[in-house]
Order: sequence, then structure tokens, then C-alpha cells
Amino acid sequence: MFNHLLSLLIWLPVVGAIPVLLAGAARPNLARWLSMLVAVLTFVVSLFLLLQYNADAGGMQLAESYLWIASWGVHYGLAVDGISVALIVMTTFVGILVIAGAWEVIQDKPHQYMAAMLMLEGLLIGVFCATDALLFYALFEAILIPMFILIGIWGGPRRVYATLKFFIYTFFGSVFMLIALLYLYQKAHTFDLATLAALPLTFKEQAWIFFAFLIAFAIKVPMVPVHTWLPDAHVEAPTGGSVVLAAVMLKVGTYGMLRFILPIVPDAGAHFAWLIIALSLIAIVYIGYVALVQEDMKKLVAYSSVAHMGFVTLGIFIAFALVREQGSTDMALLGMQGAMIQMISHGFVSGAMFTCIGVMYDRLHTRQIKDYGGVINVMPWFGFFYVLFAMANCGLPGTSGFVGEFMVILASFAANPWIALFAAFTLIIGAAYTLWLVKRVLWGEITNPHVAEMKEINGRETFVLVAFAAAVLALGIWPQPLVHLMDSSVSQLVRQLAIHKI
Amino acid sequence: MPTINDILILLPEFYLVAAACLLLLLDAFMKSEQRPLLHWISIAVLLVAIYLVIAGQPEQAITAFGGMFVRDDVAEILKVFALGTTAMVFVYARPYLIDRKLLGGEFYTLMIFAVIGIMLLVSAGNLVTVYLGLELLSLSSYALVALNRDAKLPPEAAIKYFVLGALASGMLLYGMSMVYGASGMGGTPSLDLAQLHNVMSYTTAPTLLLFGLIFMIVGIGFKLGAAPFHMWIPDVYQGAPTPVTTFIASGSKLAAFGMAYRLLDAGMGDLSHHWQLMLAVLAVASLAIGNLVAIVQTNLKRMLAYSTISHMGYLLLGLSAAGPEGYAAAMFYAICYALMGVAAFGVMLALTRAGFECEEIADLKGLNQKSPWMAFLMLLAMFSLAGVPPLFGFWAKVLVLEAAIHANMLWLAIVGIVFAIIGLYYYLYVVKVMYFDKPAEDSALQVQRDKPLRVVLSLNALSLLVLGMYWGPLLGWCRRAFGL
Repeated sequence: MFNHLLSLLIWLPVVGAIPVLLAGAARPNLARWLSMLVAVLTFVVSLFLLLQYNADAGGMQLAESYLWIASWGVHYGLAVDGISVALIVMTTFVGILVIAGAWEVIQDKPHQYMAAMLMLEGLLIGVFCATDALLFYALFEAILIPMFILIGIWGGPRRVYATLKFFIYTFFGSVFMLIALLYLYQKAHTFDLATLAALPLTFKEQAWIFFAFLIAFAIKVPMVPVHTWLPDAHVEAPTGGSVVLAAVMLKVGTYGMLRFILPIVPDAGAHFAWLIIALSLIAIVYIGYVALVQEDMKKLVAYSSVAHMGFVTLGIFIAFALVREQGSTDMALLGMQGAMIQMISHGFVSGAMFTCIGVMYDRLHTRQIKDYGGVINVMPWFGFFYVLFAMANCGLPGTSGFVGEFMVILASFAANPWIALFAAFTLIIGAAYTLWLVKRVLWGEITNPHVAEMKEINGRETFVLVAFAAAVLALGIWPQPLVHLMDSSVSQLVRQLAIHKI
Repeated sequence: MPTINDILILLPEFYLVAAACLLLLLDAFMKSEQRPLLHWISIAVLLVAIYLVIAGQPEQAITAFGGMFVRDDVAEILKVFALGTTAMVFVYARPYLIDRKLLGGEFYTLMIFAVIGIMLLVSAGNLVTVYLGLELLSLSSYALVALNRDAKLPPEAAIKYFVLGALASGMLLYGMSMVYGASGMGGTPSLDLAQLHNVMSYTTAPTLLLFGLIFMIVGIGFKLGAAPFHMWIPDVYQGAPTPVTTFIASGSKLAAFGMAYRLLDAGMGDLSHHWQLMLAVLAVASLAIGNLVAIVQTNLKRMLAYSTISHMGYLLLGLSAAGPEGYAAAMFYAICYALMGVAAFGVMLALTRAGFECEEIADLKGLNQKSPWMAFLMLLAMFSLAGVPPLFGFWAKVLVLEAAIHANMLWLAIVGIVFAIIGLYYYLYVVKVMYFDKPAEDSALQVQRDKPLRVVLSLNALSLLVLGMYWGPLLGWCRRAFGL
């Protein structure tokens, strides 16, 4: 069984979605429990994975490889390193919470909702283990189908516009990556990522391939200026959709950068690192200001996601600059590690924020900030969690939000104090938009009579929020296990940065 | 003088001719209440034909009647899929034909004759055989389009198809005569494709040969339905009875690929650097016109018609790579398109019943509410047509794009992929209508109860998913057929 642990992780939720679908609209409770069972099982298997993975050894482990398409030499190749393991465990963890979160909220065709969620989960896990570029691409694109359905059926009033925009926008980005992969295949006659990493390429080729990859991943992350699909998709998606979108799906973009841009086109990556750094800073500062003026809670958190993901891309590419220009591996390691921790942390924090908004939306059916105010008076427990996650969102020390951002800022300082200065703006802007949001929603007098009728969170909601809170605090207070898990993999990535391919 | 061996090589074809004639007789002498039996007999006839094709598969390419007829792996694969998709069309067509009182010998006999045309066409080793096969297929198709002669649209579509088809056949024939003439200037005139292969090296009239090539490409373009020879497609698709449209979208496309391959590679292979660019132009035009015009269609059949045009653009991408890699990719694409087309039209047939023709996109409103399974099958077909992994259609696109890049036509691959993004919209729109819209108050949607139709259609659509995850063997066959 341990030889096929990764396959099991991918296929368990995908195949598990079938009985959930078969449970049908007539037996919604059966569908709910079945999907919960599958999600919990998947989580347990992912914990096995965590135990099986040897963090000290590093490298790609638990590899599985079967010849998939003989005449093209395409393999069904799976393997994980520390980064993948962390992302997979986060995915399965969030998987349980979105299913619990949707429990009685989704009344319309719950079986289809749950099945789509499970399929999405399986495909996302697949993306995080694929070692064959074509397999990665197929899974990377296949994610769009369940997400398209999730937003389209259970979304808000403008869901059709949002979901079409989401699908076409992301599809647009990734097809260029496909062309780049086919070009690489012409040269290497394989889609194996390790072989592609060793393939010598001229700078001109690297530059073209770099931009082809960049557009695919930048849209997924999303980076400025191709982030415009995100606020629409987030706002219109059902709560669970938003949670998965923010917590896991955005990471697919940065994860792709680590797996494709870094090893395959390192020279172009180093050459254009300034561009990514600049775009990341714009995301952090400018999008932070954009978030400040939002009147829709979900939109505000969506924009804050863009800003936070800016830290991930900043951390990855500041490492490039540090290694190539200053040869300072230690600081590069710090930046890269910060980016990785930020990835995981943002998964939990944004997932929690969207869950909180979902909890309020279920009661009042509005996402406008102005419709709320004084919520703490009727929902004190909810207020407690909301404030906690808001603090994590603005990077308060002791929460997970702090660790990653701090490390990235430190690394940027070593590269260029100006970069660090702009990045550190987030501490002010992030606090501004988050705290102001809390102030307008939670504190103050109750002005809207409907707010007075809001009920305190029930057991199910408490469970979801407690789980998120535990993760956020654990990572904030004691990030060492996570750092250790990813350490050798991150050092390996940093070593790769120094390799010239020309 | 034909020997018994020649006849044995053509056994599946002769068998089908005999079976079709027998069906006609049966139809004439059967009592009307026994007529439905014809349906099952016809399906059995096709299945036996598949068996004959597979069982008699030669080790390597063999020819019959002095090179007129070629039996090789390319022909075998195309025949099996043409016969198979036609059998599927028969299964899907039954409720439709019963509801419209069209179930009778004509439909089945004409379809089988059309299939014989396909089989001759893909096995052609001579210009005469090409023409023979093409005309047999076309004439049967014209008649099939007009099958429902009391309705308004079908006769109109048939006339359009016939006039344009006759014109295209004329062009093809004209081109063939020029090629024949060119082959006689400086050598012995020949209609044999294998001998025409190196006409360019000795002919004293290369211009004549090139003109011949151009006219032949017009004929091929028409049969494929590639822009700018696509005018007939939307009207015929919309006007023809849906089962016939299904056939034109599946078996017919396999035949068109076979014809293009025979004429261009076997016959005009030496001129590939000339026709490569011509096909590339046709491909770009088809991709552009097909994808852009499909966006504004409200009629599902018309939308799928324009989508066919764009898909033929992708097929041409592979053909224009002009090498075994490209042909293998194009054949893979043709097979894939046939399966997707049958599935998409199959769902429409499953939703059509007496007095209700499911053909507007709006007719599918809220299908997920009424029949989640049918909606799911259509979803598979749509995502496959759009080329979204992990569905079959995606891999077919990847293969033709790879072939184009392999042939140093990166620009063509980029054009192809850009139009894939544009094309995405109208397929997603169908999914949107089925899944995100509520059914109309007076929605007439109802799924046919016909068991065979449901089972075969489900298998058909699910095969898009299964083949999308495991397409290696099929690609292997396609590549082996072209000696890779």
C-alpha cells in the first residue's frame, strides 16, 4: 500500500465522488456522510504520507512511475518532496472543512456539490505530486471543470459571468504553457520534469519559455495585472468554492513556478526576476490599497489574497536575485522558506476568512460591509474567531501570517532595502484594511435590525473555525515542524537556482 | 483479370454490397409490422462487417485489382471506426425514426451504401477508386439528407448539398484529369496513386500538375468542410434529420481524412512542400471562421456545424505537417472527432421525441435538473470538444499541435491554440445552459426510454473520459499504421 500511497491519495477522493453522486438528490444525508467519510479517509492517508516522508533525506520520495503513453514516453509519474507534502496535507485538511462547512448550507443538489468538491480535491493533490509535465498539465487544467461547475451552480447572482471569466481566463494562460511544453518535448523527447531540468537551453529559448510558463502561473497565483478574474470568481463562488480557491488553488500557481520556472529556465528566471519582484511589490502595495476601499467583504478578502500571494512570488524571486547577484545562499534560503510558509499560512488564513464571511452570509444573505455592524453583540464566539483570523491576516506575531511575511521581508532587506521597505508596507496596509473591516462589521452599535436576529455559530461551524484557528496558531507559535518538513527540499531548490544552463 | 484473391481482399466490401441489396429485398417483402426487425438486422450486418475487416487484416499492405484497392492498417482502422460509429448512429436513430415514421429499408440501405463508399474511399489506390468511393458516399448522403421529404428544411438542405457537392466533385475530377494529363507528358499516363507519386520528377508540364493539385485540394476541402469550402455544412447539419447529421459528422469525416491522405500522401507526396502551405491556409481559415461564427449560433446543430469546421482546421494542422507523425495525429483527431460528434448528437437524439425536436441550445435549459445523467454525458462531450483535459479531445489537440511544431510550424500551433481559447466559450455556454439555468416552465425536455440508446450513448460518452485517461494504445495503432 505504501508503494502506491500517492495514487491512493489522488484516486480516493476522485473515485469516492462516484458513490456520493450515486447517492443522488433523494438521499442528501447519505451523500453528505459519504463525502465526509471520503474526505476524512483522504486526510488520514495524507497523515500517513506525512509519516512516510523522510524530511531529513529530502529529494523526491515515494515515487511511482508507470509508462502511460508508450509512443510518447509519457509516464504516470508521481513523487513528493517536503513542499508537496505540506501542500497535500493542507489540501486534505481544508477538504474536510469545506465539506463540513457546506453541510446544511448547500440545499440544492448537495450530492453534486460534494462530489465536485471531492474531485477537485483529488485533482489538486495530483497536481502537487505529478513529476511528468504532461500529467501535471492535464491535472492543472482538469481542476477547472469542477470549479467551473461549483461556481456556476451554487454561486451568487453574477455567477455565470464570473465562472465563464474564471474558466476562459485561466485556460488562456495555460495553453501557452502547453506550447512551451511541446517545444521542450521536441528537444528532450520526454516530459519528465527531472530530465527537462537538465536540458540545456539558449537564453532566447529560455526567455520565450519563461514567459509562456509565467503567463500560465501568474494567472493562477494571481499576480498583478492578471488578477482581475479573482475578485469576480471569489465573490460569486459559494463559500466552499472560495475557500478551496483561495486556500489551495492559488498555490498551484506558485507551486508551478517552483517546479517549472526554477529548474527549467533558471537563467531567464534570474534575468527577469526584477519584473516579478516589481509585480509582487505592486500586488503588495497597490492591491492592498484596492482592498482598503472595497465595500464587499468577500472582495476585500479576495484582494488581500492577491496581496498576500505577492509575498510568495516575492520570496521565490528575491531568492533568485540573492543567489545570482550576491551569492548569498543563506538569505535566499530564508526568502524561499518564507515564501513556502506564507503559502501554507495563507491557505489557512484565507480559508478561515472566507469561512467566516460564509457564516455571516448564511445568516444575512449579504456581503456588503455596510449591512453589518455590531455583530459581536449577537455572536460573541464568532467574533472571537473572526478577530483571531483578522489578526493572522494582518500578520500579527504569534499567528501564522507573521512568520512567512517576516522571513520574506528579511530576505528582501538583504537584497535591497528599498524592496524591503515596500514589502513592509503591508504591515500598515494589511492592518488598515483588515482592522477597518473588523471595526465596521463586528464593533459598534447594531444599526441593521436583521443583525440583531443573527444566531450564534452552531456546533458544526464552531468545529470548522476551531480547526482553522488551531492550524493558524500552531503555525504561528511553533513553525519549526513545517520548516523542518520543507527544509531540505527548499535548500535543494535554492541550490538549483545557482545552476547556469547556457 | 481479377483473381479470387482480389475478391477475397475486398470481402468486407462485397459482403456489405450483398447485405445492402438483401436488406432492400427484405424491406420490399416484409410486412410493415415486421419492419422494425430491419434495425437489428442492419446493426448485425455492420458488426459482421467489423469482424470481417478485423479478421482479414493483412500482415502488411496488400493491393487488389492491380493496385486499384489498397488494404493497409490506415484503411483498416478507419473502416473499423466508420463501421462502428455508423452502428452507433443506427442505435441512436431508432426512436427518432420510429417517432417520425421513417424507419424503413431506405435509411438502412442508404447508410450501408454510404459506408461502402467510405470503405472504398479510404482504401483507394487509384484516382478512379477515389472518385468511385466519393460519389457512392456523396450520392447516398444527398438522399439521406432528404429522407424526411415532407418536412420543410431537409429537401432544401439536400438540394444545397447536392449542388455544392456536385460542383466540388467536378473540381476534383477536373484536377484529377490535369494530374493524369501531366503524368502523360514525359511518361506513361497513369491514374495509379503509387505511380503518380513521382510525376513531378519527370513531367514536362509541372504547372499543369500544380493546377491539378489545387483543384484536388478544393475537392478535399469540400469533403472535409474546411473553410472557405464550408458553406454547405451549417445548412446541411441543420436541415438533415439528426441521425443523418450524426453520420455526416462522424463516418464522413473519417472518410474525408482517408481521402485526403490517399490523394495527398500517396498521390501527391512529392509535392508536399506545395500543399503543406495550402492546407495550413485552409486550417487557419477553418479555425477562424468555425470558432468565431459558432459563438453567435443559437441552434445547437448549427453551432456544432461550425464547431466541425473548426475541428477540421485542427485535423488539417496534423495533415499539413506532411509526415507520418502528422498523419498519425490527424487520424487520431479524426477518430476522436467522430466519437465526440456521435456522442454530442446522440444526446440530442436522446432528448428528441415525437413532436419535439431538440435542436436549439435553449432546449437544453436546466437539463441537469431533469436528467443529471444526460447532462453529464453532454458535459463530457462538450469539454472533450473544447479540448479540456482529462478528456479525449484534449489529447487529440495536443497531438496535432505537436505535429505542427514538429514540422517547424510553431506559428500554426500558436494560431491553433489561440482559437482553442476562443472556441472554449460556446462549448462552455452549452454547459452553462444545462447546469446553471433553471428549466423553463413549459420545458418539454424528456429523455427517450429506449434502453439500447441509453446504454450505448453512455458508453460512448464515457469512452471520451476513459480514452482521455488511456489513449496510448489508440495512438500506438495510429502510429503503427503510418510505420512509426
